[in-house]
Amino acid sequence: MDKNRINEFLIEKGLFITAIFSIMVIFVIILFILMEGLPAFEEYGFFNFLFGLAWSPNHGEYGVFAMIIGSLCVTLLSLLMAVPLSLLCAIFMAEVAPNNIRKILKPVVETLSGIPSVVYGFFGLIVLVPFLRESFGGTGFSMFAASLILTVMVLPTIISISQDSLRAVPHEYREASFGLGATNWQTIKNIVFPAALPGIVTAIILGMGRAIGETLAVIMVVGNVVQIPSSIFDPVRTLTANIAIEMGYATGLHYNALFGTAIVLFLIIMILLLVANYIRYKYKVDIGGGYL
Amino acid sequence: MDNKLIIGIIAAIVVIAAAVLIFNTGGSTSGKIDIVGSTSVQPVAEKLMEKYQESHPDVKINVQGGGSGVGIKSAQDGTADIGTSSKDLKDDEKQGLTEHVLGQDGIVIAVNKENTAKDLTKDQLKDIFSGKITNWKEVGGKDAPINIITREEGSGTLDAFISIVMGKDTEIKSDAIVQSSTEAVKQSVKQDPNAIGFVSYAAMSDDVKALSIGGVPPSEATIADGTYELQRPFIFLVKGEPTGAVKDFIDWVMGPEGTKILEEEKIVKSNK
Repeated sequence: MDKNRINEFLIEKGLFITAIFSIMVIFVIILFILMEGLPAFEEYGFFNFLFGLAWSPNHGEYGVFAMIIGSLCVTLLSLLMAVPLSLLCAIFMAEVAPNNIRKILKPVVETLSGIPSVVYGFFGLIVLVPFLRESFGGTGFSMFAASLILTVMVLPTIISISQDSLRAVPHEYREASFGLGATNWQTIKNIVFPAALPGIVTAIILGMGRAIGETLAVIMVVGNVVQIPSSIFDPVRTLTANIAIEMGYATGLHYNALFGTAIVLFLIIMILLLVANYIRYKYKVDIGGGYL
Repeated sequence: MDNKLIIGIIAAIVVIAAAVLIFNTGGSTSGKIDIVGSTSVQPVAEKLMEKYQESHPDVKINVQGGGSGVGIKSAQDGTADIGTSSKDLKDDEKQGLTEHVLGQDGIVIAVNKENTAKDLTKDQLKDIFSGKITNWKEVGGKDAPINIITREEGSGTLDAFISIVMGKDTEIKSDAIVQSSTEAVKQSVKQDPNAIGFVSYAAMSDDVKALSIGGVPPSEATIADGTYELQRPFIFLVKGEPTGAVKDFIDWVMGPEGTKILEEEKIVKSNK
């Protein structure tokens, strides 16, 4: 009896420790980033840092505004392409496709997410960049090239999660809809899709997280020029690229400024997560067996 | 059963932790060399360190970057045993430092193989990278825009290029494409017929074309006799005369084994 209680206690605490482990890791990382990054804000001024247009460590200028714009533009542009594409694909896989086609599609989509980002980047550099240069002029290194690569990279994330949430919609909903004489498409459009919306929003958030955080593939095709783009064919630099490119050499204030860049990135992701969570909360469907 | 398993795991962790501690304290007993400085010298120094440690496993060497400035400074104030620099020292920087020149490293101007331009002067190069010359036909190529590829700030190769070609008061065009490694620069040049970039002589390969500078093509001979202009020294700096493990390491680097590795890394001994 006593032995069982000890076992129970140990397992309970063990599970608790594993559960809070990720929270602890996040806190340690946040603490570390803040400690390393805050001196840059103190010395250079938070608003100078955030809204400064020039990034030139050799001349003591650390403004990340152009890179904030760069990161947001690349991410939004890729989501603009990835969301419709992946949602339609998910709907097809979850609602329309016969079983044997689904059995082929699912592993193929999952393979897409298993390809290392350096391979995407290299493919972009060798194939996509020359193609864009020949078709649209310029150097080919551009926001558009990065967005295209990111589109392919976030497809599997959005597809598989939104597909799962579509399939999790209770069958009674569909049967009720068919019973009312709705066609398959009407059912998908008016019943299944709205019911699965919270899950789909989650899928898009995770895709967005991947897009804004992706570094290596982006560095290789985006051109890394610190400037505010005037068209989608202009090269830009993203926040992640800035950190990865210069971290190897940075010392002193430059080093702190790179961590400052990480803080800015962190803030942006937090804001986007809050907005997305609000949307999810607002549109949650609450019928019958809890919301989906 | 479960309890035994948990106890077993804890015991294993304790044993591993103890082993790690013992190993760590055991390894650092004899000789420790800190090498700090130029990021261009860093990979070469790492190569030297690797080979040196094969025959001297008891010496612990730690190679760090930071830049030539940091290398000179930390050699002077003694925070590093060896400072490394990839530029010549000014007179006031030399105070009390012994220089050991490993050799010369060339900076090669790389263009696409289809490019018909063959030769640039240093001034033309400066004008291209500052944005004054924007078309290849102005420098003997076909009528096409010049796409400049540069390196990220902090890169030793960029530092060298700026100090040798651009000078103090001219900036590289701000909208030049930035690539973060030698390999990425080469790939970018390879896929764009109008691109121009610069790489270290050691990293040069056949898939891109090297331009001559002022009529002199880069080669081991032209770098050694100083006629190829875009070159810089790789220097080890020691405060005073080296002693103990540091002396032994530098003697080894300057000796036949070290020289062989430097040759493999395409660091050219100057014969000026």
